[in-house]
Amino acid sequence: MTTHPLVIAGRTFSSRLFTGTGKFSSAQLMEEALLASGSELVTVALKRVDVTSADDDLLRHLGHPQFSLLPNTSGVRTAKEAVFAAQLAREALETNWLKLEIHPDPKYLLPDPIETLKAAEELVQLGFVVLPYIHADPVLCKRLEEVGVAAVMPLGAPIGSNKGLLTREFLEIIIGQSRVPVVVDAGIGAPSHAAAALEMGADAVLVNTAIAVAGQPVAMAQAFKMAVEAGRLAYEAKLAAPASHAVASSPLTAFLD
Amino acid sequence: MSFRPIFEAHAWDDVKTSIYAKTAADVERALAAPKRTLDGFQALISPAAAPYLEQMAQLSQQLTRRRFGNTVQLYVPLYLSNECQNICTYCGFSLDNQIRRRTLSSVEMLQEAAVLKGWGYDHVLLVTGEANQTVGVDYLEKALRTLRPHFSHISMEVQPLDQADYERLIPQGLNTVLVYQETYHQQDYKKHHPKGKKSNFHYRLDTPDRLGRAGIHKMGLGVLFGLEDWRTDAFYTALHLDYLERTYWQTKYSLSFPRLRPTEGLLQPKVEMTDRELVQLICAYRLLNEEVELSISTRESPTFRDNIIRLGITSISAGSKTNPGGYAVAPESLEQFEISDERSPQEIAAMLRRQGYEPVWKDWDPTLTATVR
Repeated sequence: MTTHPLVIAGRTFSSRLFTGTGKFSSAQLMEEALLASGSELVTVALKRVDVTSADDDLLRHLGHPQFSLLPNTSGVRTAKEAVFAAQLAREALETNWLKLEIHPDPKYLLPDPIETLKAAEELVQLGFVVLPYIHADPVLCKRLEEVGVAAVMPLGAPIGSNKGLLTREFLEIIIGQSRVPVVVDAGIGAPSHAAAALEMGADAVLVNTAIAVAGQPVAMAQAFKMAVEAGRLAYEAKLAAPASHAVASSPLTAFLD
Repeated sequence: MSFRPIFEAHAWDDVKTSIYAKTAADVERALAAPKRTLDGFQALISPAAAPYLEQMAQLSQQLTRRRFGNTVQLYVPLYLSNECQNICTYCGFSLDNQIRRRTLSSVEMLQEAAVLKGWGYDHVLLVTGEANQTVGVDYLEKALRTLRPHFSHISMEVQPLDQADYERLIPQGLNTVLVYQETYHQQDYKKHHPKGKKSNFHYRLDTPDRLGRAGIHKMGLGVLFGLEDWRTDAFYTALHLDYLERTYWQTKYSLSFPRLRPTEGLLQPKVEMTDRELVQLICAYRLLNEEVELSISTRESPTFRDNIIRLGITSISAGSKTNPGGYAVAPESLEQFEISDERSPQEIAAMLRRQGYEPVWKDWDPTLTATVR
């Protein structure tokens, strides 16, 4: 059985695993892990690449036809800075796709909802395909949807924490009412977390730290690939609902049928 | 609002007594806690924590890898001037030290920068002494304008400035300011800084507040180990960091651990901090604060640096010269202090790769701060 592909802003993805490029011990290892992950959308921090050099080490290792780059604005603190960085990224990396990250707080890197909404609105008007990184805030997701973002990327737990789906209750609400794809970003630390997100109906997950700092990043990337596939398949196969009491396999009222 | 009332509420002798009174049970409680407190930090830097060093190192490694991954940032100092109006008993640039003084011109800065760019550096730390006539704010602004086009990240370690001066320099591309208190022991601070503007303990203590109010992107804190009891000074640094993180929450922070090094005819350390103790302190800082950047310079030996990388350090310098013009213009001028690790940046990068770390040369872009065009 094959699962439905994911479509964001008119582009079809067969993999629902998005990946990050930070924290790997080498660009070579990053390349191998990302290839093993099957990921087609790879986010890259503008602050880490030298856009003036045609021979940037990180970008060189991402030059595979299956990878689409998703530049992110990690490092900016305001909507104004984000818009400026986005324009630079569009010009340098020749893509209008953007992961909008505005975190004025350098300690926990928590996203600023007010500046994010402001920037998203302006960037959509400037023709960007905006994927904002946000708290698992259902109201904010709807507001972002209204200004025209292509997907929402709520966090599962603080970025890099590997703590999994701590925001599960809110993710369920977001998934339940979203009209754009929901990509769970940040906090996913194990393949089981990724599978759980897909099982509950998230459209995709974005994973970085859990792969980059694993003992064997390439093997871990493969494990995530399989987990995401299993999670999506389970979702489409419609999971049996958990029950708090026993349900007889031969119901007592069957005689009425 | 400033750090001063908090500082004054913590008497040096009381803090010291509290640290030295910690027991094995206090250490175990701190290690087991899901989140460490300043009291737990006192336990982790206390003599009672010595037998727990391996456990602390393992935890520190795990926390560092989770937050920073397998990467280490590289930066290099660029000494712009050794002119200084201060007397510091431990420093080679001290006013009373008879050395030839030199301040780089813009042309010379660019000559130095060319060497560093050739080595792959994108993050440079500008260093001067304190001589307002020659290396005041006008000079620093000129230096930033000259070097900004060549580096993505510019840090500065110079004399403390007024808030308005920082507000003037930040839009010129100043990302980070390092300002070490040297020691939080007020009486000993006076002994080591008998003359010059630096002798004003409180002006220095308030510097991070002025930086925070000016909206600096990142600031580095620390003390000079060797001047006073290292454990007590380390606690005050942690206390200061804790206050700053809560107050200037948009600023990033780093800590450094300079140990007093031999200089020409100057002070020998009052308190010796062993390698073991420095490792204990680095791990304790990491256990207290999972997000703070921890930096180690070429003051430390190659063996120590090779091993400390895995225990919590997130940024290092390499190939450093501590004299103005040391890279290209005047390689033979007198150094501020002797360095211990003479290896080239490429050798350090190779060492990092051998240990499974990616040397990161670029981790900022001036375009991310919309004020810099």
